[in-house]
Amino acid sequence: MDPSQVATDLGWWSVPLAMFAGAIRVSTPFLFVSLGECLTEKSGRINLGLEGTLVFGAMTGYAVSYMTGSAWTGVLAAGIAGSLFGMLHAALCSLPKVNDIAVGIALMLFGVGLAFFFGKPFIQPTAPRLPSISLGEWSDISQVRVALEINPLFFIGAALAVAMWWAFRNTRAGLIVRTTGDSAAAARALGVSVLGVRFVATTIGGFMAGVGGSFLSLYYPGSWNEGLSSGQGLMAVALVIFARWNPLLCFVAALLFGAAGALGPALQSIGVSQGYHFFNAAPYVLTLLIMIVSSSKVRALRGAPGELSIVK
Amino acid sequence: MHDDTSRPGAAGRRTFLPKLGGSGSLGGAGGFSLDRRTLLKGAAAGALVAGAGLSGIRPARASGLTIGIVYVGPRDDYGWNQAHAVAAAALKQVPGVTVIEEENVPETIAVSKSMESMIELDGANLIFATSFGYYDPYMLEMAKKFPDVQFRHAAGLWTDAAPKNAGSYFCYLDQAHYVDGIAAGLASKAGKLGFVAAKPIPTVLLNINSFTLGAKSVNPDAKVQVVFTGEWSMPVREAEATNALIDAGAEVITCHVDSPKVVIETAERRGVMTCGHNASQADLAPKGFLTGAEYKWLTIYKEFADILTTGGTLPNFVRGGYDKDYVQNTAYGAASTDLIRAACEQAKAELRAGKVIYQGPMKDNTGKEVIPAGTEHDAYDVWLEQTSFLVDGVVGSTS
Repeated sequence: MDPSQVATDLGWWSVPLAMFAGAIRVSTPFLFVSLGECLTEKSGRINLGLEGTLVFGAMTGYAVSYMTGSAWTGVLAAGIAGSLFGMLHAALCSLPKVNDIAVGIALMLFGVGLAFFFGKPFIQPTAPRLPSISLGEWSDISQVRVALEINPLFFIGAALAVAMWWAFRNTRAGLIVRTTGDSAAAARALGVSVLGVRFVATTIGGFMAGVGGSFLSLYYPGSWNEGLSSGQGLMAVALVIFARWNPLLCFVAALLFGAAGALGPALQSIGVSQGYHFFNAAPYVLTLLIMIVSSSKVRALRGAPGELSIVK
Repeated sequence: MHDDTSRPGAAGRRTFLPKLGGSGSLGGAGGFSLDRRTLLKGAAAGALVAGAGLSGIRPARASGLTIGIVYVGPRDDYGWNQAHAVAAAALKQVPGVTVIEEENVPETIAVSKSMESMIELDGANLIFATSFGYYDPYMLEMAKKFPDVQFRHAAGLWTDAAPKNAGSYFCYLDQAHYVDGIAAGLASKAGKLGFVAAKPIPTVLLNINSFTLGAKSVNPDAKVQVVFTGEWSMPVREAEATNALIDAGAEVITCHVDSPKVVIETAERRGVMTCGHNASQADLAPKGFLTGAEYKWLTIYKEFADILTTGGTLPNFVRGGYDKDYVQNTAYGAASTDLIRAACEQAKAELRAGKVIYQGPMKDNTGKEVIPAGTEHDAYDVWLEQTSFLVDGVVGSTS
């Protein structure tokens, strides 16, 4: 074996390092799905189908990467597949008296089922994976070097979070999306096509969720199988509420979730093994705690777009 | 009405299932498998119309043995289901034996319907139910409903109270993990090994213990660090657990999860050696693979097929390990040196001859004596099936 791979004994320091590394490795799919959902919800609609979009994106990304030999083509294909799911959701919800939550649940099951159906021949083959950027060459400690192997999608997601945060506040497009989400009547008075805005927002949201899925299959854990998502798309939708519809907080929440997920395995790896079930549940416990602490007696969902069906 | 389903139709339907390749390498980007039952329904309806004028003509049942195998997951999962599917593919080559398969069947009423359709539509004489939760009540009910069909379940659950046309079969995979442990113990320099485990239940604990005892037999100072993920299949957490073990210094990683693909691939990318589990993962780790613990269901399946085609009676309860050729170790990978191979071959020979792994005195990892001096528990001892401890040398706890 390569001597540079020999791990240095870090003792307790390995726990914060693992949480840092986990935050970067695990957060990207959460980030992309929650940013996509944030955009969709800002326009006044909930798309619960993003779990299905995530799984279908993971399958499509892996399959296209395997067939074309280019992982980035896979990412693009996953995004396009995701935007098709978004379009389908938006189109169905444009019909009168259609409930967006029910359509979302239907599309979640549809996306997962379709991904399993088409994904069968791609469980075995190994597809080209996304490259990573090595930022840890300065360190002599192999764990640090590995932690700083960062996928470009992480940086793209981070930049996207900042861009969306800025655009919601400072651009005309951002204002239109927010207006549509807060009051459809006001948007109509401005001459904005409410259904049109929601169609675009849901389509772009689906694109992002598809890209998030391709990260799962093409980078970490880096292979397609049917248990790949295990509910991450649903958790990411919950993260949007947790982040109070703020893209910057979506980024923070995704990082926290990744770090909390790394806690259980990291503690066991240094010998703290009592109560591993509790530590494995850390991300969910954390969500509950923050929701409880940040809840307000005065107003139920601070920051929620006024048109959301869960708020109305 | 099922009798109106003519055989040509049935043969045609089966081609929708992708053919499995030979040992280990399955599939590739070939056909999709449609839900078999949906197809059967459609084909049965079609045959009913076509066969309206021919009613009264009974279909010619295949004269040989028809075996139905039900899987809980995909057949190409590099794990539990694949181990069965590889055996099924080999069984298809046996003359006079027809094998029908259905994958992704949940442990619900769905499995009863799958078994029923295999019996009614395909004329299955023997059903292998390969997932733990299929047994009670689904397989037991089917066994009562179809007393002429034989049912066998891949776990040690059958008792005398259950129907006589049902039964259990199981393999002692921990013996192959013992051989893995020898390879891992010899391959590591500092004796630091890592084990990614799903849940602390007896079967998993037994595999961890046997792996550890194997490692300690060649390197008394070896330590096995265990991480429980808490789920049978949770790819992201399995990857995190593998990374955490490697960050803590593990030189060889092995696992007991449903599909070891993620664990083996993650370790290979980090340049760490691996031992497999359930099926062959050798091709996932071209550099760091040592060997792996594999089931050899084919031995049992062939034995059963032989008994039934010669008109014999199937045993209700079958189990064994290396002594009966029911388990095997994956062909050595690139990381296995000649020294390792020699030591593993010797261990296999001893196990085939009936070597007992669990001999007293033995302590658990809290210092408590679990087997007193002079006592031993051989592979068939039910004591092992109640394993609730981790042996000395394992870093981890069962709660």
